[in-house]
Amino acid sequence: MLPAAAAPALDAMTSTGGFLLVLSIVVPVTGVLLAFILGDQYERLVACAIVPFGLAIAAAIVVALPQGNGPVVYVLGAWPPPLGIALRADGLSAVMLAATAVVICAVAAFAAADFSITETRVSFTFWILLLAIWGALNTIFLGGDLFTLYVALELLTFAAVPLVCLDGRGETLRAAIRYLLFALLGSVLYLLGTTLLYGLYGTLDIVLLGRRIDTQPAAVVAAALMTTGLLAKTALVPLHLWLPPAHAGAPAAASAILSGLVVKGSFFIIVRLWFNVMPGLPGFIATQLLAGLGGVAIVLGSVVALRQERLKLLIAYSTLAQIGYLFLMFPLAFGASGRLESSGALAGGLLQAISHATAKAAMFLAAGSIYATLGQDRILGLGGVGRILPISVLAFALSGLALMGLPPGGAYLAKELLLQAAAEKEQWWWAVVLQAGGVFTGAYVVLVLAHALTAAKEPITPDSSAPRIRELATLALALCSLMLGLVPWEAYLSIPNGVPSDKFGIGALFKMLLPLLGGTGVAILLAPSKLPSWRRSGWNELMPVISSVRRGSLASSAIVEAGDKFLRQWPIACISVLTLAALFGVSMLGAH
Amino acid sequence: MTSGATVFGLCAAVAVGLGLYGLITNPQPLRKIIAFNVLGSGVFLLFGVVGRRGAAAGIGNDPVPQALVITGVVVAFAATALAIALLLRLFQKTGTTTLCSDVRPSACSDPSGD
Amino acid sequence: MSIATVFEVVLATVVLGFGFWTTAVRKTYSAAVGFVAYGLLVALIWVRLDAVDVALTEAAISGGLGGVLLLGAAARLRDSETTAAEAPGNLTRACAAVLSVLIAAALAGAVWLLPEHAPTLAPRIVANAWATSLANPVTNVLMAFRAMDTMLEKVVLLLAIIGVWSLAPDTAWGGRPGPCHRADPNGVLAFLARLLPPVGIVVGIYVFWTGADHPGGAFQGGAILASMWLLAIMAGLADTPATSRRWLRCILIAGPGLFLAVGLGGLWFGSAFLAYPAAYAKPLILGIEVAMILTIAATLGLLLAGAPERSVK
Repeated sequence: MLPAAAAPALDAMTSTGGFLLVLSIVVPVTGVLLAFILGDQYERLVACAIVPFGLAIAAAIVVALPQGNGPVVYVLGAWPPPLGIALRADGLSAVMLAATAVVICAVAAFAAADFSITETRVSFTFWILLLAIWGALNTIFLGGDLFTLYVALELLTFAAVPLVCLDGRGETLRAAIRYLLFALLGSVLYLLGTTLLYGLYGTLDIVLLGRRIDTQPAAVVAAALMTTGLLAKTALVPLHLWLPPAHAGAPAAASAILSGLVVKGSFFIIVRLWFNVMPGLPGFIATQLLAGLGGVAIVLGSVVALRQERLKLLIAYSTLAQIGYLFLMFPLAFGASGRLESSGALAGGLLQAISHATAKAAMFLAAGSIYATLGQDRILGLGGVGRILPISVLAFALSGLALMGLPPGGAYLAKELLLQAAAEKEQWWWAVVLQAGGVFTGAYVVLVLAHALTAAKEPITPDSSAPRIRELATLALALCSLMLGLVPWEAYLSIPNGVPSDKFGIGALFKMLLPLLGGTGVAILLAPSKLPSWRRSGWNELMPVISSVRRGSLASSAIVEAGDKFLRQWPIACISVLTLAALFGVSMLGAH
Repeated sequence: MTSGATVFGLCAAVAVGLGLYGLITNPQPLRKIIAFNVLGSGVFLLFGVVGRRGAAAGIGNDPVPQALVITGVVVAFAATALAIALLLRLFQKTGTTTLCSDVRPSACSDPSGD
Repeated sequence: MSIATVFEVVLATVVLGFGFWTTAVRKTYSAAVGFVAYGLLVALIWVRLDAVDVALTEAAISGGLGGVLLLGAAARLRDSETTAAEAPGNLTRACAAVLSVLIAAALAGAVWLLPEHAPTLAPRIVANAWATSLANPVTNVLMAFRAMDTMLEKVVLLLAIIGVWSLAPDTAWGGRPGPCHRADPNGVLAFLARLLPPVGIVVGIYVFWTGADHPGGAFQGGAILASMWLLAIMAGLADTPATSRRWLRCILIAGPGLFLAVGLGGLWFGSAFLAYPAAYAKPLILGIEVAMILTIAATLGLLLAGAPERSVK
């Protein structure tokens, strides 16, 4: 044995409660195996039995974490790294585990009333893959080894792709193939970087690598390749060709999981990579580049979302914008020491991920109920739906408000933390992007609600009425997102300056009005489908002015849409992947 | 450093380049899948070179990279099988295998009946 | 330059030649053929790199079964060649070429810059081999030190099966995968399918059994068994089983299931999840591997057979 292994560090020893980490992976996997073998009628039963169990384990980990010192660790097979593999839960893992469990729980409640028993193929696939996604995500949140994370990423992809084409139409099959191939390109690039890291440092353990890593060029190549590969899997613009058709074409419960949870898996590995494995490597320019892409994603995703005719595509494009929002934290967490620090900005970014997970899942579920009831989801045809499905529309509105940053939502807290960090780091331009992101979110939420709350042009004959439990599960998830700001995050995330306490005051009210009013304005200017109420309002003398401005802005938004179409071509998207890898490589090399 | 590692390291890098080029430019999805396999084999070879350089204790190639590659090869095979099954189904359903990126809202957003 | 180096340079050149041909050739079927040759030659490189376990896997799974998969798909999709022709323009090709060369160069440079004294875990693996009393270090890594990866990867295989099955038309759900094969009972294929499987099964089991101490193991053995099964199916001597069969599903989860059970046994009675008590390590690992070889053979075979197409009724 080498001397280094003689006295293993604290993070290479199993801590009390470590077995919970094993269980949180093993329980969903057991569910997959059981559901597979029991099959055709029992898969839903198995899944519904596993869900509360998994929820309890996640809760137990959350409770166990702050009591101990440092992370909860489990050394698999009693073989400490670098020979073996460790599972580790720190604050970031704990909050992601909990959020995942909550979303899975709500989606399971929704889907239990959704897929009828006769559809054996759909039901069999959905329930097993739901459990598989859960197991894969938990492995990603807990895995302490880069190769284990690779296997978990593949697990996640293999579970997500069949969900895209559950209905078996040509269009969704096409979306699934493009998703699979692009995701495979992403994971190969990730694996390539892993190879180089092993060649350089002789370990893939995250903690050991974090200690050994330096800034030599080969490590930079590895970092650039891995980051880009993961970005492709996260669908950050311009690597988003697969996301809109995949997320819009799947059944509602599957879309909720894909949009709310699956993209967070690769995002979480980027966070691990940049904050835990190589905080000193990326440097200032790479963080600016990453957030710059995020800014582009916000504008492109929101503008194209406003131009969609269908609700589910609008929500899918809104996911693109929100993914962009997640990457704004990187420059704001870049400290004076030249390293990424786990600071308020990181806490803000994670909170944004969690509130998006809950809110976006709720939005897709609400859209699913609307589609099932109306038989279509054209935004212009939403009139009267507020009367038939008040709970679903309320859930949509609440999750939209939560995403905009209405207090006390999680996104509100996230935005406050990020704005605080932007002020501290004197990077005012990100404050502008943060505010703009809220306004854009406001725009498409207002657009949908304005149509949903008008009266129907002709009486609607609902195809079927949504079961109450489905609507309630959606509402619960939306409320959850809106209440996230009340959770004591300080125990899990590093929030140096404390949580902004002014959640209900005048200041908060003002912050709430900006995205709402600004959003309404943007929606009037940029949405080709006019808002229903402004046509008959008394602003007649203003009409010519607004109309001419509107024509101009519509023309520019058409250009953005054309740009989106261009970027979503296969060769262009792949070339973007390689270009980004090169850009990240050059900017990281330049930093040292 | 053994010479084999240098030669095959270069070979692996070129295979990765070839695979990437094929993946980008070949319009046929099946050709993209083949290119992905070439790309993957390049990555695995690189792992093999890393392991070869780490030969020690009487073992000619560090067993950890070997084990990782075996896992990776099986995962890549499963991915190929899934991709081909999707492709065959698409062909069966629509009579073409084009992945044309033109996603018109009317064609694509029509969500499945729940 | 020594003779060995010359051989290596020639081998690498030929491999890349096939890789280039695979990328450039016009017909998809030819590309698939090129890839099979490429895969088999890559296996030779692995032998040269002193990684015989990987060479066996690469030859059996990548070159062999992967080749069959690609060739079969190319044959079935032959009619689609003309319809999907949205070839990218010259500018796109040029950009792709420049960037691919750039990435390849960066990789080559990174390999060149790897440290002179390469870090390795080989000494630790040798030092800890006592724990399993298996002499093949790769099997030790797969089954003991990194058992978690191996177990999760079995689940990946299972998900691939579920994904492939989920593509069945609703009417064929639970039915038999793939088209019905009827070969001439007196033809060459049927002759081979009678002749080869007994030999192949023995070889497969040998490769698996020797894997405890020598190169080989469940993956390689499983791939050989799967190919024998497929041969019998293609010759019409056997049919693919209906996917709703309970026994089939039992086989498909036997590997990961037993792995998980033993792992949990370690958590409950022993020192850790996926830890084996030293006295029973070898029989436990061999037991898991027996279940795994069955699972792998069935999984690989069914992945090749494709989605259910024929209803059981």
